[in-house]
Amino acid sequence: MAPENKLDKSKMVVVEGSYAVAHAVKVCRPNVISAYPITPQTHIVEDLSQFMADGEIPNCEYINVESEFSALSALVGSSAAGARCYSATTSQGLELMHEVLFNVAGMRLPVMMTIANRAVSAPISIWNDHQDAISQRDTGWIQLYAENTQEISDMTAQAYKISEDKDILLPSMTCMDGFILSHVYEPVVLLEQDLTDEFLPTYEPDHVLDPKNPVSFGAFADPNYYTEFRYLQEQAMQKALKKIEDVANEFYDVYGRYYGGLIDEYRTDDADIIIMAMGSIVGTIKDVIDKLRDRNVKVGVLKVRSFRPFPVEAIKNAVKDAKVVVVLDKNISLGLNEGALFTETKSSLYNTDVRIPVVGYMIGHGGRDIKVDTIEKIIDEATEVMKTGIKIESQFTDVKEELL
Amino acid sequence: MKSLLAPGHRGCAGCCDAMAAKFALMGAGEDCIVINPTGCLEVMTTPFPETAWEVPWVHSLFENAAAVGSGVEAALKALGKKEKTKVLVMGGDGATLDIGMRSISGAFERGHDLTYVCIDNEAYMNTGVQRSGATPYNASTTTSPAGKVSFGNNRPKKNMPAIMAAHGAPYVATTSIGFPKDMIKKVATATEIEGPTYIHAHAPCTTGWGFDTSKTVEVAKMAVQTGLWPLYEMEDGEVTKVRKLGKNIKPVEDYLKMQRRFSHLFKMEGGAEEIAKIQAIADKNIEVYGL
Ligand SMILES: Cc1ncc(C[n+]2csc(CCOP(=O)(O)OP(=O)(O)O)c2C)c(N)n1
Ligand code: SF4
Repeated sequence: MAPENKLDKSKMVVVEGSYAVAHAVKVCRPNVISAYPITPQTHIVEDLSQFMADGEIPNCEYINVESEFSALSALVGSSAAGARCYSATTSQGLELMHEVLFNVAGMRLPVMMTIANRAVSAPISIWNDHQDAISQRDTGWIQLYAENTQEISDMTAQAYKISEDKDILLPSMTCMDGFILSHVYEPVVLLEQDLTDEFLPTYEPDHVLDPKNPVSFGAFADPNYYTEFRYLQEQAMQKALKKIEDVANEFYDVYGRYYGGLIDEYRTDDADIIIMAMGSIVGTIKDVIDKLRDRNVKVGVLKVRSFRPFPVEAIKNAVKDAKVVVVLDKNISLGLNEGALFTETKSSLYNTDVRIPVVGYMIGHGGRDIKVDTIEKIIDEATEVMKTGIKIESQFTDVKEELL
Repeated sequence: MKSLLAPGHRGCAGCCDAMAAKFALMGAGEDCIVINPTGCLEVMTTPFPETAWEVPWVHSLFENAAAVGSGVEAALKALGKKEKTKVLVMGGDGATLDIGMRSISGAFERGHDLTYVCIDNEAYMNTGVQRSGATPYNASTTTSPAGKVSFGNNRPKKNMPAIMAAHGAPYVATTSIGFPKDMIKKVATATEIEGPTYIHAHAPCTTGWGFDTSKTVEVAKMAVQTGLWPLYEMEDGEVTKVRKLGKNIKPVEDYLKMQRRFSHLFKMEGGAEEIAKIQAIADKNIEVYGL
């Protein structure tokens, strides 16, 4: 059973999502921040700049780099030199970091970034979907997706704690839906400094760039060694599965707030239909579900918080008694006509005794609104699948035929 | 002076990069952190699990060493360790003049306290001698080969020291591995100065240029003596010191003859005119820098 949230209403303030994240970063006491502006991430680094200008982040350097490529590159140096590091980006900026993302992960540097998810060009679009982060799924970063402002704020501290664990040492990206969360004002309890100090120990790495004890970072590995580096990275990812859950519980113990570990479930206990999704869309689905439950439709939602590492076991256990699983993806793997969450979910179930139909919907690309009606229609279609089996395995939703 | 680059690295016999790194470290001293982009130097010094570096060293990518250096410097400052520790970035000409240009420009414009040493062997040696923005006029490389209708690379070297001076770097200097004392002194000067400083070190590569492995230093000296590679220092954008050649100026032909990459100039029709064009480059340097 998920613990009961103890949100202290008296501490609530109404702030923009970006501000909540910037504030969370501040109380995590970073030593180096570097970032480059890109909509809709910009407000986060602007707020952090203001904190710097007001002297509110002690022992911290803020580097105004000339590109996202250098933003993350600078953090390679900072993290290797022993600093707790932060950056934020989205879309084209994240894609520009691609090569460095592998590098940070391969050097096992526990860098943390917030991604304000946005579609990728072309055509250029500044609005939300998950294609940017999904395209980076194999770079070796932990990827966590948040449902609302409170969660993305709290996830900031959680991600540092996960990444910096000596058994893990993997970088993390915490993902918030661009505009939908980054630019919306919501009531939140901002991370408290004293609780965060209690929750998140100072970063004390075992290996740093130190002239008194010289070590080499990022050597080149011939075929005798390379495989083992990759193997160890994957081992760390597997260990992160438990760590993410532990940290969610530890966070609850200190702050009294809980959003699930690897996944979170809502009304799935007796559900025939389980809808899986990531990010803010989960909130919309919950509303639809409440409405349909009143009409005795047995439907629940499975929120995926951790996309990397992928929670195979948790998902399997959550869906095993359902009659149909519906996966909503704000991305597409072109050439397969499927979204990534859908593909991963099917492959996770393939060699198990869980034999239930899984259908996929690609939805909300480039910021297209996801309407309650659409979700209801999807649930209707899932009811049909229960009766007559799968007709279409994976499809786009809300395509405007008249524009084609 | 203690060598901070251990013997046993895997560079070619007579490797210029190894000499350059050794001299640069002698200039910077023990209390430094080295950032090194991809290239010969990186590959030959750090085959896991070995390392030739007796100072902390980090490699990230081909194109981002200056940005990584910015991060190291920022971390040292934030953690209160910047007092003495020097940040030394060392990259090849490809990493410096071409692919890493943006990150170097950014780091210098932001004024990070680091020294960037370009080890200029005038081509991409690590990938098999392809042309770079530093490859000299008429040199034959694998991507600018001499052929029936080509004398090789048809562009002059990019003037990187001038570009770095234009960034407002307080100290920019050219040097050569043919003049170890000059190089050590200039790196020492650069690392003592606060702010971003730049050293461009000419480094003849036995493998890529085609000369005997015992001749690296000789070839390096000749480049300077012909006027093709002037040695000077710039402070706040002005040339303040120049190493004079006096009466000992050698014709460029003597320099070109030593190297396989220019051998076509002595065989092809019209080669003499091309050599004259190279002589003109040297003559201009002699005039401009008052060599
Ligand atoms: C993004 C990227 N493109 C290309 C390469 C391949 N590459 C590795 S080293 C190198 C050339 C290095 O040349 P230079 O900087 O002049 O150093 P040198 O090896 O000559 O010392 C190239 C092209 C790479 N590692 N990364
Ligand atoms: S190719 Fe040139 S720079 Fe590279 S290791 Fe050999 S001599 Fe040194």
